[in-house]
Amino acid sequence: MSLLKAVNIKVGYGETEILHGVSMEVNEREIVCVIGPNGAGKSTLMKAILGLLKPSQGEIIFDGDDITSLASEQRVRRGICYVPQSENIFPSLTVEENLEMGAFTSQDDYRVRMKEVYHIFPDLKETRKQKVRKLSGGQRQMVAIGRALMLNPKIILLDEPSAGLAPRLVKLIFDRIVLINHSGTAILMVEQNARQALGLSHKGYVLVMGRNRFEDSGQALLENEEVGRLYLGG
Amino acid sequence: MEFFVGILNYLVFFAITAGIYAILSLGLNIQWGYTGLFNIGIAGFFAVGAYTSALLCGPPPGPMDWRIIGGFQLPFVVGLLGAAAACGIIALLIGIPVLRLKEDYLAIATLGIAEVIRLILKNESWLTNSVWGLKHIPSPWQVPIQGKIFAFLKTHPLLPAWLQSFISNGYNWFFLALVLLTLGLIYWVSEKSIRSPWGRVLRAIREDEVVAGASGKNVFFFKMQSLVIGAMIMGIAGGFYAHYVKFIDANTFEPLYGTFLIWVMLIAGGSGNSKGAILGSFVIWGVWAGTDLITAYLALSGVRAASLRIIAIGIMLEVILLKRPQGMLGEEKRVSKMF
Amino acid sequence: MSLLSRLPQLVIYGIISGSIISLGAIGLSLTYGILNFSNFAHGDIMALGAFLALAFLLLLRGLGMSENIFYPLSFGLPMVISFLLAMAATAGIAIFIDRILYSRLRKTGPVTLLVAAVGVAFFLRNIIQFIWGPQPQYYIKEIQIAWKIPFLGIRIKPDEIFIIIVAALLVVFLHLFLQKTRMGKAMRASADNITLARVCGINTERVIMWTWGIGTALAAAGGILAGIENKFITPNFGWDMLLPIFAAVILGGVGSPYGALLGGMVIGLSGELSTLFISTAYKPAVAFIIMVVMLLIRPRGILGGK
Repeated sequence: MSLLKAVNIKVGYGETEILHGVSMEVNEREIVCVIGPNGAGKSTLMKAILGLLKPSQGEIIFDGDDITSLASEQRVRRGICYVPQSENIFPSLTVEENLEMGAFTSQDDYRVRMKEVYHIFPDLKETRKQKVRKLSGGQRQMVAIGRALMLNPKIILLDEPSAGLAPRLVKLIFDRIVLINHSGTAILMVEQNARQALGLSHKGYVLVMGRNRFEDSGQALLENEEVGRLYLGG
Repeated sequence: MEFFVGILNYLVFFAITAGIYAILSLGLNIQWGYTGLFNIGIAGFFAVGAYTSALLCGPPPGPMDWRIIGGFQLPFVVGLLGAAAACGIIALLIGIPVLRLKEDYLAIATLGIAEVIRLILKNESWLTNSVWGLKHIPSPWQVPIQGKIFAFLKTHPLLPAWLQSFISNGYNWFFLALVLLTLGLIYWVSEKSIRSPWGRVLRAIREDEVVAGASGKNVFFFKMQSLVIGAMIMGIAGGFYAHYVKFIDANTFEPLYGTFLIWVMLIAGGSGNSKGAILGSFVIWGVWAGTDLITAYLALSGVRAASLRIIAIGIMLEVILLKRPQGMLGEEKRVSKMF
Repeated sequence: MSLLSRLPQLVIYGIISGSIISLGAIGLSLTYGILNFSNFAHGDIMALGAFLALAFLLLLRGLGMSENIFYPLSFGLPMVISFLLAMAATAGIAIFIDRILYSRLRKTGPVTLLVAAVGVAFFLRNIIQFIWGPQPQYYIKEIQIAWKIPFLGIRIKPDEIFIIIVAALLVVFLHLFLQKTRMGKAMRASADNITLARVCGINTERVIMWTWGIGTALAAAGGILAGIENKFITPNFGWDMLLPIFAAVILGGVGSPYGALLGGMVIGLSGELSTLFISTAYKPAVAFIIMVVMLLIRPRGILGGK
């Protein structure tokens, strides 16, 4: 069943249009991956879905409702959580406080949810009283994803979750993403590690110059010769 | 007719003051309007300009003075150059620690230097004569011109009173011409430079320092030039002021007159626009002088009246920022963008 | 020997003035951290608080409230009530100014806010001057006898002990608020990264209101305590405070309230200790010199702020 749908989105910064009519769809419990060269508009698409940028045209449907005109906070409350690529943590807060901020809009006891996050990222439990500023890159990324999980979202938008991490950590983060997905959360991610990401995705999109180029199952895109040659580095 | 000449004489006085403010605004326009440098220590530069020129051109210390140096009786032009140089050096010294940092730091550093300058003016009596101030600062060529005017009036005793009044005010007309000439010169240079590649770099820095830096421009060096040149212009204005009023002391340079009014003038006229800076100076000085009449009518005491006027100007500034942030003229559209 | 014998007394003075500077600096640092602009009206907010306390004090006296002093302090209940009312009123006025002015200018960028803040500074100062005139105003006119503390050879007035205790209490309250409450944590989060705070669903406009309220209430407290210490307040007081509080913020690291506390103490102490070596007339310049040196060697401050 369709969870999130973007229809013919046109959006940009000021005068400059970045996306010239992009469409995509994420079904419930799916992992969907968006790949494409730099400047294709992948991050812009994420920001438009969360409402950080206002599309000049097109609509965004979430859970059957048109959310195109909602503010970001309202989208967050409906169950869309977003992990930006950089500056995705509060460095002077502790791990625990970062997670608490993730649950800011929730009325429930966030401690229950925090336990679940610690279950997914056991590292974080050990460092929970430390300031995030002092953590390693991989741990920070766990904090960022953990923070987004605190509201028990229906979908998480991950902007390059593996960026800047050592190969061992990349694998660990992808494992966790699959684990999160198994617990019922849909995932929409943008990735540079395109092969690995497509390998675990149900579906993939290739964006080029702000337009849809390819759309297929993750496996099919991996096997597509043109995609492989142009966008997966041969 | 006498009434008319009285008004005319007042207008000359008005225009001299507004013209000096306009020079200051042009200096601020180079720093803020062109480059985005936030200087709130204008009063300090103005004071340094005034004192430098007064010490270079004024009389040596008299028997009643505390100061022991200064008073070289040099020509007016040397005084102005000295004023510009002194301000330029101070700007350079402030710029070194703060120009690489966010604009707020420059603001607080200029505020600090203005405060230090004020303390020096008050306390270093060997140099500044402290609260007794510097007296008898000569106005340029006043002695020969005034002498000619008196001689003329003596040989023509039968002229009508209004004409005598008009002619005896002749020196002020001359001083006004000097101010306007300088203002015009600075305006011309400033317009030339903003249209040059140099000016385009400054505006690029104001718009986006990172981009400007990335395209190979030494941002620090360009900002420094802008800060120093703007400060030198402010120093020249200080020099004119000293030679016009003939007497200056530490209290002349309260933060209000030196800094706040000039900011309001530039914002009201249009930051980044030299014509706007000049227009703003004359209009705001007009408003300022006009409110003086109103508070006089309301028979308020001196300090209260001044406060009320500043409150009014403050509200005016905020309304301009909210409703018309580009000011009366706005920034001129320029043909080419470098980046 | 005489230099050394003056030292303990100067340290006491330094702690007193450091307490006052810190209260101003903490508020300035909080608003800077979240709104990312230097509030040049913050000194005048301190003066506003001091004069509002005077207004409430005169009002309470006018209503016939008894002046029974809290011995050994030099003042009684009316001053304490006025103190609290003035903190609340200052916060209210600051939030009002934010609503009608700063919030509308926030979109146009931080530099416009700087200009607007300079305008607000002159506006506030002259409102005060218009109402009270330039002469000093007094909370209490009686002169208090200082206590001599044997062995250390220092003198301290009961009021000054009150100042240090109140400042310390306020800092403790602020610490608990920032560390233990949801709003406090949201304020720290917003100071770190306001966009991410919005992504988390934090209502950042409310955070901004709280920041103004707390920051300016602390500034008001600092202003009133300065009035109690100096015995008088003048409209120009805020201007005189501007440089020390900015120096304290820069010294401690911009955006860090704990750094501001530390910076305030350093500025207060060094201002007083400087009188051992240079003329008292240049005490205000010491803050500036320390600030410039700090900017040259470590622009991010002792505790490394933004």
